[in-house]
Amino acid sequence: MKTLITGGKVLDPSQNLYVHMDILIEDARITALLPTGAGPSDAHAIDARGLTLTPGLIDIHVHLREPGFEYKEDIESGSRAAAAGGFTRVCCMPNTAPAIDSASVVRHIIERANETALCRVHPIGAATKDMAGNMLTEIAELKAAGAVAISDDAFPMQNAETVRRCMEYCAMLNLPLLTHNEDKTLTHKGCMNEGLTSTMLGLAGMPAVAEDIAVARNILLSQKTGCRLHLLHISTAGTVELLKQAKEKGIQVTGEACPHHWVLTDEACNGYNTNAKMNPPLRTETDCAAIRQGLIDGTLDCITTDHAPHADYEKEVEFDAAPFGILGLETSFPLVYTTLVKPGSITLMQAVNLMSTAPAAILNLPDGAGTLKPGALADIAALDLETEWVIDQNKVQSKSHNTPFHGRQVFGKAAFTMLGGIRQEIR
Amino acid sequence: MKHLLALQYLSASEITHLLDMADSFREITTRQVKKVPTLRGRAMVTVFYENSTRTRTSFEMAAKILSAEAINIAVAQSSVAKGESLKDTMLTLQALKADCIVIRHHASGAAEFAAQHVKIPVINAGDGRHEHPTQGLLDLLTLRQHKGDLNGLKVAIVGDITHSRVARSNIWGLAKLGAQVRLVAPATLCPENAEQLPVQVYHHLEEGLQGVDAVNVLRLQTERMQAGLLPSLREYSRMFGITHKSLQAAKENVLVMHPGPINRGVEISAEVADGRHMVHSAIEEQITNGVAVRMAALYLLMSASPASMLETQE
Repeated sequence: MKTLITGGKVLDPSQNLYVHMDILIEDARITALLPTGAGPSDAHAIDARGLTLTPGLIDIHVHLREPGFEYKEDIESGSRAAAAGGFTRVCCMPNTAPAIDSASVVRHIIERANETALCRVHPIGAATKDMAGNMLTEIAELKAAGAVAISDDAFPMQNAETVRRCMEYCAMLNLPLLTHNEDKTLTHKGCMNEGLTSTMLGLAGMPAVAEDIAVARNILLSQKTGCRLHLLHISTAGTVELLKQAKEKGIQVTGEACPHHWVLTDEACNGYNTNAKMNPPLRTETDCAAIRQGLIDGTLDCITTDHAPHADYEKEVEFDAAPFGILGLETSFPLVYTTLVKPGSITLMQAVNLMSTAPAAILNLPDGAGTLKPGALADIAALDLETEWVIDQNKVQSKSHNTPFHGRQVFGKAAFTMLGGIRQEIR
Repeated sequence: MKHLLALQYLSASEITHLLDMADSFREITTRQVKKVPTLRGRAMVTVFYENSTRTRTSFEMAAKILSAEAINIAVAQSSVAKGESLKDTMLTLQALKADCIVIRHHASGAAEFAAQHVKIPVINAGDGRHEHPTQGLLDLLTLRQHKGDLNGLKVAIVGDITHSRVARSNIWGLAKLGAQVRLVAPATLCPENAEQLPVQVYHHLEEGLQGVDAVNVLRLQTERMQAGLLPSLREYSRMFGITHKSLQAAKENVLVMHPGPINRGVEISAEVADGRHMVHSAIEEQITNGVAVRMAALYLLMSASPASMLETQE
């Protein structure tokens, strides 16, 4: 079957392309990019006039909650949120129950995704059993089953020896280690950034230096072991600086940022707003500025969301008792477009690179992820850049509603996504 | 004013109005028959998730003097973990038709959280390390009785600022009424960015007490040593203990306050606490003033015309 997406403007960072073209799809793959109107007349046509067609967006840091926490989110609902946000691939973190620490759980998730998901799902394997920070998982088996990276995201390994051995093992298998960077001896029971706001609210703080120290340690161990290191959800100016220095030394390290870490500061926690509670926490305007600058100058390699759904009743509690985490998939592109592209900080080309082409490269995702070159799977985001809308936590595809962006005016929205040439219908 | 959650959220005129009202209520507490019918038929419920004798009793006294029903719910901290959520407890009290909830909770922000979920007034009787507004008000009332106008007054708050809700309420209350606030604390017990609050920060007691009109001494919790924040009570007492000697730096008629309970010989010497050697300790007056302040708060929030007198005055 032939499908032709017509009338759209094609933007592909992998080819440095931003022109009006039609996309011809045959048997799930892109076969040609053609001048508008030049496609075969027997193809099934999809009208994309007024839309920007990009490689499907890719989020390498989400929590889909299945198995174990299906009341927060499941693979189907999470993938619907992804599709609504323009994403065609997500990589899911292993803090499920059971954790993704065995090949059978990896296979289970891939199977469930094949049955129900509106986007492709790549599991990330746990680094240690039960994410307890002690014994390594069977990383080779995880990889063979389909895990694309290794991480103990929510439960960062504190023991430097464990991190070292894990990195040596990952390097041997050519898998990147993704680290949440937090020296827990400095954060204790902290529940927000340590600073003036935490002082005024009387909440225990998590100092920025707790992240910086863990980042420095992980970079040095990456240098020693040769393991590819990817720094998750960077929140401090100190980390941006350390990442820059590491890259200058040629260490194989990459870093990501989530929109909330450059759009909001810890003042969003005022009123004990548990929807502004995540880990790492919202920081200061200085940190936000450093992250924006890192995205502009390329120090930061990609944008992710750390999509972390939690049920209303879990968030409707005392601030220090609330779980960490916020939704991200449905608000990510609009926030990037509104806060970085529209003000002219980065180009749309850079934005799509940060949200698709670059993350695909960091995790070596297969089948032409992050490109519209002929031969690639036809995973496409159709973005409507003209739409102006208000984020509403009650109108989301996710099962949960925990977003600090409720009521915010934004520009840009995914009109639809295509997966292997098939338009994904969100019901 | 719909709730009393934090002095940070009140204006100077709202605070002054509460103090004026407390001044007039204090007279009632000295009468032979301590009872006025003002809040007859109304019910105050106190929910204490943390232990307290003086604050809870003080609220109960205040309610009873005003003829309100005082219902006390003591919540053992252990039952909270397995039991009802705070939101559900608050909704239950509202459905029981309480007219006002007085809450003490170990989590900062718990009172504000409660206020977000119920329509009846909420009074914060201490939330974690955030605020303890009625304590702040009674400290202000005590100061005002002794010193008159608070504008320009130099007041030192000495001790564990980081973990103190009394300190936070005092900082905002004093600053809003024009006092010069000093925080005197070891570096390990002084919160991050404290210097950005309307205060001056000192780490040496003598410097901090230089020329002050009043000292508010905070209770030192002994668990601070286990957390590695202090080496010993002995060293703390030597460096930051309020004694007859350390008060020499202050003004001659310096007023000494303490929210209690007192650790004699730790943060304050027995002689100072008990007002010997010509030192003016206001500790007992503070307790009496606490009842008057809480009467004012209950009256403002629970009286028949809840469209608070504050608003009609402004």
